[in-house]
Amino acid sequence: MFASENILELTYLIATVLFVLSLKWLSSPATARHGVWAGEAGMLLAIAGTLLHKGILDYRWIAIGLVLGTIIGVPMGRVAMTAVPQRTALSHAAGALCVTLVGTAEFYLRAPHVPQFMMGVLSLEVILGALTFTGSLMAAGKLQEVLPQRPITYKGQNLVNLGLLAIAIGIGVTLVLHPDKTFLFPFMIGIPLAFGVMMIIPIGGADMPTVISLLNSYAGLSAAAMGFVLGSKLLIVAGALDGASGFILSVNMSKAMNRSFTNVLFGAFGQEQVAVAGTKEARPVRSASPEEAAGILAAASKVVIVPGYGMAVAQAQHKVRELYDALTKRGVDVKFGIHPVAGRMPGHMNVLLAEADIPYDKLLEMDEINGDFPQTDVALIIGANDVTNPAAREDQSSPIYGMPILDVDKARTVMVIKRSMAAGFAGIDNPLYYLDKTLMLFGDAKNFVGSIVRELSGGHG
Amino acid sequence: MQLDLVTGLYVFLLAAFIGFEVIRRVSPLLHTPLMSLTNALDAIAVVGAIILAGEGKSNFAKILGTIAIIAATSNIVGGFMITDRMLKMFKASGPRKP
Repeated sequence: MFASENILELTYLIATVLFVLSLKWLSSPATARHGVWAGEAGMLLAIAGTLLHKGILDYRWIAIGLVLGTIIGVPMGRVAMTAVPQRTALSHAAGALCVTLVGTAEFYLRAPHVPQFMMGVLSLEVILGALTFTGSLMAAGKLQEVLPQRPITYKGQNLVNLGLLAIAIGIGVTLVLHPDKTFLFPFMIGIPLAFGVMMIIPIGGADMPTVISLLNSYAGLSAAAMGFVLGSKLLIVAGALDGASGFILSVNMSKAMNRSFTNVLFGAFGQEQVAVAGTKEARPVRSASPEEAAGILAAASKVVIVPGYGMAVAQAQHKVRELYDALTKRGVDVKFGIHPVAGRMPGHMNVLLAEADIPYDKLLEMDEINGDFPQTDVALIIGANDVTNPAAREDQSSPIYGMPILDVDKARTVMVIKRSMAAGFAGIDNPLYYLDKTLMLFGDAKNFVGSIVRELSGGHG
Repeated sequence: MQLDLVTGLYVFLLAAFIGFEVIRRVSPLLHTPLMSLTNALDAIAVVGAIILAGEGKSNFAKILGTIAIIAATSNIVGGFMITDRMLKMFKASGPRKP
């Protein structure tokens, strides 16, 4: 006969299968929503099975937790699409908080008799959990602009950070060998908490896609470690999937910036450019009005729009959609070229443009679109800077040299919507702006695109 | 329940391989929903928190367990909701389905 323990294991097994299917279905937009349903079904099954666990004596606290969690979760599920990066960072923090608290409670329930293997994974769980918790909160703060976005650096920063991490690991090792030294445990939480803050301080806005992915990976790994502690295969699988996904995204993002992980975490981009900023001379640029821009766009047959973080800041995606409609109606072929690190998290631009109802088959990745630029009449850049900078291809002295970019300078005409001539996040001047074929469209992205749309629909019938 | 190290590592490594193979195929178009979905799935850690709060072996465990349930549940509810909201927005061009 089936004991209740076996039934519980069986529900976990089914949930595991559903989780894998959930990610598999996410591979294509056509089946992606099935993925969400599979995930929800697996989750409900696993929670229902757990609630029947015979060791549970008191349901009051569980009920309070589930209700309060839902009350917080619903608004978190309803945030505006432009706020998705900070929401994601917050959810990494919440996941890490859960893991760290459970690890802490497990330690004090078992101490001082904790088997070595158990203590090892438990240390891993709380160290990763704690640093992910504060690191993600810091990232969310920077993304929400409650904290300064500029990287903050000081001398010996890397030494301090690595030192903190080394001390935390040292404490973990000591506890594995001497689990009765329970007074050390609070330090094993506190130091990674401090490390999480220190780790994010030197990181600037444009590095956020990599950092969010990395924190995603840590959150997954800490959950997997918790699975080892609790002996839950389901949790090990879920953590491994999350860890793998975060890892793949981090690698993608670092490649797209031509930087290594260590460089993102320990590099602090902002520093070296400070000296360059002073020597910049005023070079002439050509600017154009909305009327002129509309005229050129209307005469084009192929247009590629390159969106960046500036489009998100200006909330211009719906106006961009109107522009897309107006041009498509005139028979202009409009596509979007999306750099992997455009925006503040992987896939950020795609979500914003999809929100504005732009069909996803018009959103092309860098590698797919780059071959098209020589046949493109107009490349229209909205709020993107460094990802279009030809210096990354040509100028070996440039800090972003080697970073793969969108080859917008190969289009016949380049138009750049930008608020002013201020340099991008990296503080690097963009030679694209001084080309003869480049027209600068100065103004707020939303208003400027709106004016172009008015010209297109009114002025020329 | 106890799990020995080797069994645990088998499960972890196999899951990591499956994860790599499956997730590599996810189009960059959907990387934001991917992150919010894996985040929601990761919140399965709630099962550990539920047992902790329900068994009530100590008041300390009960309190930490309850806070952990709140944190994880907010991720489950919020994560699935926002993933579905995002995925609903992705539409192909051409004739729209009714």
